[in-house]
Amino acid sequence: MTLSITVALLTAGAVYLFSKRELLRVILGFVLIGHAGNLILFAAGGTDRRNEAFHPSADPSAMADPLPQAFVLTAIVIAFSITVFMLVLAVTGDDSDGTAAKVEELDVAAESESDGVRHASRRSAPRQENT
Amino acid sequence: MSPETIGALLPLFAGLPLLVAGILITTGHRLRLHAVINIATMLVMLAAACGLVYHFWATDGGTIAHQVGLWPAGIAIPFAADMFTALMLAVTLLLTVVSIWFAQASRAANSRYFAPLVLILATGVNGALLTADLFNLFVFLEVMLLPSYGLYVLSANRKLPLRRVHGVRLYVTMNLFTSTLYMIGVGFLYGTAGSVNIAVLADQAQHDPTVAIAGAVSIFALCIKASVIPVHGWLARAYPGTSPAITALFSGLHTKVAIYAIYRIYSVVYGGDTRFLWIGVVLFSLTMLIGVFGAVGEKTTRTILAFHMVSQIGYILLGVALFSELGLTAGIFYLLHHMIVKASLFMSTGAVEVRYGTGVIGALGGISRTEPVIAIAFMIAALSLAGIPPFSGFVAKFMLIVGAVDTGDIAAVVIMLFVSLITLLSMLKIWTGMFWEKGSGGPATKSGTVITSATRDPYAHEASYTPELATEATRAQVSTLTGTQTIIETDESTVPARRINFALAAPSVVLAIITVAFGLGAQFLLSLSGIAAEGLYDNTDYVQAVLNR
Repeated sequence: MTLSITVALLTAGAVYLFSKRELLRVILGFVLIGHAGNLILFAAGGTDRRNEAFHPSADPSAMADPLPQAFVLTAIVIAFSITVFMLVLAVTGDDSDGTAAKVEELDVAAESESDGVRHASRRSAPRQENT
Repeated sequence: MSPETIGALLPLFAGLPLLVAGILITTGHRLRLHAVINIATMLVMLAAACGLVYHFWATDGGTIAHQVGLWPAGIAIPFAADMFTALMLAVTLLLTVVSIWFAQASRAANSRYFAPLVLILATGVNGALLTADLFNLFVFLEVMLLPSYGLYVLSANRKLPLRRVHGVRLYVTMNLFTSTLYMIGVGFLYGTAGSVNIAVLADQAQHDPTVAIAGAVSIFALCIKASVIPVHGWLARAYPGTSPAITALFSGLHTKVAIYAIYRIYSVVYGGDTRFLWIGVVLFSLTMLIGVFGAVGEKTTRTILAFHMVSQIGYILLGVALFSELGLTAGIFYLLHHMIVKASLFMSTGAVEVRYGTGVIGALGGISRTEPVIAIAFMIAALSLAGIPPFSGFVAKFMLIVGAVDTGDIAAVVIMLFVSLITLLSMLKIWTGMFWEKGSGGPATKSGTVITSATRDPYAHEASYTPELATEATRAQVSTLTGTQTIIETDESTVPARRINFALAAPSVVLAIITVAFGLGAQFLLSLSGIAAEGLYDNTDYVQAVLNR
């Protein structure tokens, strides 16, 4: 029950962040949905058995399923590497894809940035019309 | 060779390219060496894949499976190959070889990381085709996608690496989302059925609705990867963003691996359950229809071709939605035909785009006079795509229509015929806009105005691909302009010099020849597809081989 509620909350947060314009928030959304997926994998192995798996005197009826743990480990590594790559994509690029917020949408911190941002978003305006 | 020996060698399809990639990274900036070793490795694997096809042809079907690491069956990660796998391996490797050639010729491979990345991509594709474990499939899909992200950025103009970044953002976010969804689906399958081994899951979705729902999540994720309606939008926006060579490579590999997985999962895990087939028929018919209409409004060759890909994927997947032996045979034949033809189209128009600096319809004209070879290759592939005899597209569509009539899906037949017509019109649009249109009205004013409008329109300019530096691209545009002006000044019959050399034209020509061969020698390929379809239609052989019974 706790797991399913957590998964629901994480997914809701991810969906909210996906609906944002900026790539950075979308990436944070992916971090959340990645966690939701990992919890689902854990839940798939059953959460009632929790003893360590490969102990010499382990009781098979009480030991946790090691396979989902291996799945989660693999999934975390893959998601991490792609997240790093996406962060690189978020800082490079010319904002021509409409992922940058418009000037009025930017929060106070970003607004105090250089004029370059405004210039970039203004420059990208006609491109968006063409898409 | 005995099946055991072949089985033990199967993991090498994934291991060999990975090993070679690792070695190549250490050799530094030796591009010629990289290219030679890259192509040689692919050719070795291509020969092995052809050997596999021959083996299954000689034994008339059957499955070879290997428990990697010799763990007991059911615990080990199994690698399994049957005729379908062998055919897919052969065609994907053939496409990889041709794409590497095209990338070298179009100077998209000017990076020391190009060859290693392509080799790792091949690792992922081969592994995804061979594995019989759904979570392992997820891992191999990621192995396939990660180098793709690198290739997407690398093969773009190196002096302007950030220019093409918007396509890759969409591409990466879409793929990461899909992979996460697929992983969640696999998690549900493990939770409901207690295994991720395809053979252990065999037919379980037929008896247990929860397994069917879990499997549906995975298949939905694979449908996004294959760009089925209504989740097709990413493809036509992401694929044209990189260099033509990489578009051709991705078009042949990525979506097709997803289609292969859909075929495999539905035939084994669902046992070809007839209750859900109508969903497929409806969705895939819509995919054909909406994909082809999407192409109508597009202005560059590669976006048009990408939308046609969506449409064609509908045809291919209709084969599995019919799930009769005839329908599966037609679907597999269509899949093989489509991979070849689509890559040929991307490469012939890509060659024009590389040398003339733009892929915008109407910005160029009269290419067929200066580049007759490329024009003929394009025409053959385009007619094959539309389904005109004697090319392979005709056989593929004809078989599929016969299969659909056989199962009584008349609406799908009508849609198929209608879509073929629109496809033909769309191909003619590229033909007239890029290869033909010359002399109809004043050519100088016409191409002159179009070029200036192309430069003024920033998005259209963005869509064009320039392999050389930006300055050279402008020079090329200027030269096109002056070229047409010179014609007016001197004589109408003066033909400008050829710009597409043999090396750049060869890939599309080779693939066009193959589509003719597929069309004329359809009987043989159909018998191979028939053997593959039998293996899907009756999954007991596959299941028993994977479970080592």
